[in-house]
Amino acid sequence: MALFLAGPIGYCAYIAFTDLQLTGQAHESFVGFENFRTAFGDEDFLNAVWLTLVFTFLSSVLGQNTLGLALAVLMRRASKPVRTVTGAVVVTAWVLPEVVAGFLLYAFFRRDGTLNAVLDVLHLPSQNWLFTLPILAVSFANMWRGTAFSMLVYSAALSEIPREVTEAAEVDGAGGWRRMWHITLPMIRRSIGTNLMLNTLQTLSVFGLIWVMTRGGPGNRSQTLPLFMYEQAFQKSMIGYGTAVALLLLLVGSLFSLLYMRLLRTEV
Amino acid sequence: MSARRARSRRLAADIGLLTVAAAFAVPLAWVLLSAVDPRADVGVKRPDGFTLDHFDAVLTDEITFTPMLNSLLLCGGGTLLTVVSAALAAYPLSRYSSRLNRPFMLTILFATSLPITAIMVPVYALFVRVDLIDTLQGTIFFFAASQLPFAIWLMKNFMDGVPKELEEAAWTDGASPLQSLIRIVLPLMGPGVAVVTVFSFVLMWGNFFVPFMLLLSPDQMPAAVSINDFFGSKGAIVYGQLAAFSLIYSTPVILLYVLIARRLGGGFALGGAVKG
Repeated sequence: MALFLAGPIGYCAYIAFTDLQLTGQAHESFVGFENFRTAFGDEDFLNAVWLTLVFTFLSSVLGQNTLGLALAVLMRRASKPVRTVTGAVVVTAWVLPEVVAGFLLYAFFRRDGTLNAVLDVLHLPSQNWLFTLPILAVSFANMWRGTAFSMLVYSAALSEIPREVTEAAEVDGAGGWRRMWHITLPMIRRSIGTNLMLNTLQTLSVFGLIWVMTRGGPGNRSQTLPLFMYEQAFQKSMIGYGTAVALLLLLVGSLFSLLYMRLLRTEV
Repeated sequence: MSARRARSRRLAADIGLLTVAAAFAVPLAWVLLSAVDPRADVGVKRPDGFTLDHFDAVLTDEITFTPMLNSLLLCGGGTLLTVVSAALAAYPLSRYSSRLNRPFMLTILFATSLPITAIMVPVYALFVRVDLIDTLQGTIFFFAASQLPFAIWLMKNFMDGVPKELEEAAWTDGASPLQSLIRIVLPLMGPGVAVVTVFSFVLMWGNFFVPFMLLLSPDQMPAAVSINDFFGSKGAIVYGQLAAFSLIYSTPVILLYVLIARRLGGGFALGGAVKG
C-alpha cells in the first residue's frame, strides 16, 4: 500500500513541478510552479473547476443526498411490497458497473431516447439533452447511480431513532414537517454529515460515467476535472500539466477527507 | 379516524416511492427489453417480438469470453490479494493495542476517501517507469492497493466483534497468532470476510478507469473496458447487442450482491463502514 498509493502521490508531487511530456523529450526539466500558474490562467481549467462544482452540487449534495433521505423517510411509512420493489430498483442502479450505467443513461437522454419520448407523450418540449444541457444530463446520471448509497445510510440512521421520541412529539401535536425538522434531522445530523462527505468525494472522482455519456463534450461543456486531467495528460501528452491538475484535485479531496475525519473524531 | 389517517399516509408514501421507482426503472427496462428485441434502438418500447440473436451474436470468444475471463482474473486476483492483506493487517490492529493504532486507522480512513481518479496519471507514469504498464499483475497490484484501506477498515470492525476469550484458549494450547487467526478468528467472522470479499470484487468489477489506463493491449482488456468498443470506434452501434452484453457483464455482481444482501440485510455492512 505504501508503495502503490504513497509512491504515486510522492511521485505526483514531483512531476507536477516538471514539464514531463509523453513524447520526444529526453529529460524533463524542473519548472517550479509553472504548471500551477498555467492552470489558473487556463480558461479550460477554470471551466472544468466550475463544471465540477456544478456537477458535485447538483448530483451529490442536492440529488443523491436529498433524494436518498426522502426515500428513506418514505420507506418507513410505505407498505412492504412497495418498499421491497423500490429498494431493489434503486439498489440495482447502484450495483451496476459504471460503464453499463453510462450506456443506459446515454440511451435514456439521447435525442431519440426514452426521456424525449416520455416528454412527447406529456406534450412537453423535448430537446437533445446531451447536446443542450450535458452537465445536467450527467448530473442526473450520477444521481441515478448514487442515490442508493444515501438511501441505505439514512435508512440505517432512521431505524436507530428511538420510537418513543417521535411518538412523544406526535402526542404533543407536532406535524410531520415539524417533526422532521426539529427531531429527525437533528438526530441524524451525524449521518447527514458523513454521507454528504462521502458522496462529495465519490462524485469528485467520477470519470467513467461522464466519459461514456459525453466524453466531456460537446466541446468542453461537461468536462469536469478528472476528464480535463485525462485530456491534458494523455490526449495532449502533457503529463506534467495533467499531474498538476491531479494534484489540485487530490488536494481538494484531502481537504474534504480531513473535514470528514474531524467529523468522525468528534463523535468517537 | 387515526387509522384512516395512517392508511392515507401509507398510500401517499407508496405512491411517492412507486413514482421514484418507476423513474429509476426506465433505464433498466431499456436494457432488458432491448436485449431481446430484434429491432432494438435507444428508446424504451414494446419489443417487436422476442429473439435471442443478440446474445448469440455477442457470445463469442472475442466479444464476451476473453474480456470476461480477463475481468475474472483481474478482479479475482485483486480481491484475493486484498482480502489476504486486509486480514493480516486488521488482525494486529484489532488484537493488540498500540499507540500507533489510532494514527494508523485515521490514515487509512484518510486514504479511503481520497479520489482515486486523481492519482491515476502519476500511477500511469510510475508504471511506465517500472515497466508494469500493460501487465495484468501490475493492474492487480494497483487494484488491491486502492481497495485495501477500505478493506482493512471493514475487516477490523468485523474482527472487533469476535470475542477474545476463544483465542486465548488456543494460545494456551500453544497456537501461534497466525494459526489462531486462520483457525479461529477468520472462521468465526465468516460473514464479515464474505462482505469484504464481495465488496472488493464488485467495486473492481465495475471499475472502468483503472484498467482503461493501465492496460493497453486488446487481448488483456476486461469487460469494463471492452464494452466501450460497442461505441464510437466501430461506427454504428448495435443497441441490441450492447444491451445483451451489458446484461451478461452485470449479472455476476448483481448475483453476488443479492447473495450477500440476503445474508446480512441491506444496510448493515454499510452502516458499520460509515459509522466507523
